[in-house]
Amino acid sequence: MTPTIAVLLIITFLLSTVGLLLLIWSIANNQFSHGQKSARTIFSPGEEGIGEDPAEAPQRQKQELSDAEYRARYDADQSSRLATLSWLSSSVFWLLLGSAYGLLSSAKMHMPELLANSEFLTFGRVRPMHLNAVTYGWASMAGIAIALFLIPRLFKTRLAGGRFAVIGAVLWNIGLVLGLGAINLGLSDGKEWLEFPWQVDLLFVAGGALAAVPLLLTAKQRTVSHLYVTSWYFLAALVWFPFLFLIANLPYVFPGTSGATVNWWFAHNVLGLWVTPIGIGIAYYMIPKILGRPIISYQLSLIGFWSLALFYSQVGIHHLVGGPIPTWLVTLSIVHSVMMSIPVITVAINHHGTMMGNFHRLKDSPTLRFVWIGALMYTVSSLQGSMEALRSVNVITHFTHYTVAHAHLGMYAFLSFILFGAVYFIMPRLMNWEWPWRRLIALHFWLVSIGILIYVVSLTIGGWKQGVELLTADTPFMDIVRMTLPYLEARTIGGSLMTAGHIVFAFHFVAMLLRKGRLQDQPTLFRNPAREVSQ
Amino acid sequence: MKRALAIMVGAALILLLATLTLVVMPYLQMSAEQVPPDLKPYTERQLEGRQIYIANGCVYCHSQQPRDPSFASGDKDRGWGRPSVPGDYAYDTPHLLGTMRTGPDLFNIGARQPSKDWHLLHLYNPQAVVKDSIMPPYRFLFRWVRSVGEDDTVVRLPEPYAPEEGYIVPTEQALALVDYLLALDRTYPAPTLPEPEKTQE
Repeated sequence: MTPTIAVLLIITFLLSTVGLLLLIWSIANNQFSHGQKSARTIFSPGEEGIGEDPAEAPQRQKQELSDAEYRARYDADQSSRLATLSWLSSSVFWLLLGSAYGLLSSAKMHMPELLANSEFLTFGRVRPMHLNAVTYGWASMAGIAIALFLIPRLFKTRLAGGRFAVIGAVLWNIGLVLGLGAINLGLSDGKEWLEFPWQVDLLFVAGGALAAVPLLLTAKQRTVSHLYVTSWYFLAALVWFPFLFLIANLPYVFPGTSGATVNWWFAHNVLGLWVTPIGIGIAYYMIPKILGRPIISYQLSLIGFWSLALFYSQVGIHHLVGGPIPTWLVTLSIVHSVMMSIPVITVAINHHGTMMGNFHRLKDSPTLRFVWIGALMYTVSSLQGSMEALRSVNVITHFTHYTVAHAHLGMYAFLSFILFGAVYFIMPRLMNWEWPWRRLIALHFWLVSIGILIYVVSLTIGGWKQGVELLTADTPFMDIVRMTLPYLEARTIGGSLMTAGHIVFAFHFVAMLLRKGRLQDQPTLFRNPAREVSQ
Repeated sequence: MKRALAIMVGAALILLLATLTLVVMPYLQMSAEQVPPDLKPYTERQLEGRQIYIANGCVYCHSQQPRDPSFASGDKDRGWGRPSVPGDYAYDTPHLLGTMRTGPDLFNIGARQPSKDWHLLHLYNPQAVVKDSIMPPYRFLFRWVRSVGEDDTVVRLPEPYAPEEGYIVPTEQALALVDYLLALDRTYPAPTLPEPEKTQE
């Protein structure tokens, strides 16, 4: 053990020195000079104070923006249409399929005889199909789609190389079909979050790389001098995901428990370094844009970015607290998990601080309501995650439904809400058509909100009780199983509401693609559009 | 482009550091770990059974990693065994540590339930053995026959669960899976005491 400690000490020392030198260099080179001016990069001249919300109202936009500015933004939005729609439409399909598998898994937990005769519908196959369909199908594809839409806006130019992204979407979809099919046939790789056979994973690496091409090409042609913080997150996520996915899927390289550390290093990084940067990147654009007001502290947003990169990349091993691996490794991840409160608080200050004084806008704007609730749930679930990593808490919550509730708070109440909000923002601009029925947006919102509330509350309580009982051997195991049943049933109710919400959302999405409904010259808001206020 | 490149290089370097600490160092340390001399490699048939375990996702409800009693005493007191050490998993690729205990830990299930008949019956109909169990039945790993051949193992079903006529016999897959489950017996002493738990608060 001594050599390990020595190596760790040397690395720590070198890192601190490098960090100090970097700090001195960045102060000397004025790297901290990004001020509020940079935060205004996302606005056109004269646009500040005007909300872009949540769908284009052409007449008013024209009055506020010069013709050239208006034309340029219209061109930028249209340039990404095919690329964005190819990823987005696929993601909505996978959302429906993933929800169906999720709901089935949930029901099977308290009805073990449900559809039990077929090996293709057994719980142990349906559950990983749910996870992979919603993670790689829904969240990743919708995230990439929204990034493709925002890139030309962020760089104020047309999307370059959009067709690469379209080919990427095709490969990615083929990968999903083959990967999910493999799990269904019992050909899983056997590791959580990495179930797809490694041969299939190559398609995702290629598809992801193709989706990245337009990001780089467009960055090269950008007409803005400053890269807004959203693009920082997108650029970094683009570097991180292929790297992670490739290493974690290397077959035969990591045996035994080192395979477990790689497994969880990857699984948490999919959240921390892939979907989280996309989610907060989107919120960093949507909230100020809809309010017509720059984020309150731009410098803080950059500190948040680098601290997220540093701390989030090393939290994964908190999934193995108490497991058969070296203590220093677990401790390292716990320390980083707690340090994660720094980026989380900086992001919270910016997101919620920018909202201050504008909360009445939540009544009208579907995008703002979804995105801000998502941002709020990011704060909540991240702080909860930091607590959950502590040994004293983890000893209870590990191996229980509590963790499942936490995962859904992050992947759903945070990420999916932000994605829903962004879809409500971008579709009218891509289709030049308003959302046909505002009541459907409201219905979607209430179904998924009440659904996830029931889901998280029931499993959090049930999981905590389960964990407390499992600590000692006083309660027989089967009594614990019986105790959790009502909570598992409540989860199925919550899950049904969420799935119903997704059906409403998908129906509305298809109606939008087909341009159903009346031609409107007003944006579709939660309430009567005439009452829209701009600040 | 220079700034975009700087962000991407910086992001890559940070991830490289994380890879060094969370992937490379643990790999080096744990592959040097001593393998318990009493740990036997899996037989071919047990490995087949392990694949059935993976294919049907047993890992989503069953862990294979008892924790140290000083940390979580329930694990040992429920008879799940001594805390596991890295060496115990020398032949486990991919690992099946698991993160969920909807069902009990299986690190020592072969020692706890050494009966093949019990396992076959339990896989065919969990509720017949464990009242109110929420484990799904794995009937698709069994078949119905009118009369039993010489080599056939019969699942000994108690009265209300048995078919009216004929017999239920396990497929090769079910037999391999049970072979694997019976091999999950790590009651031998571990040469390396788990270092982690000693220093834990």
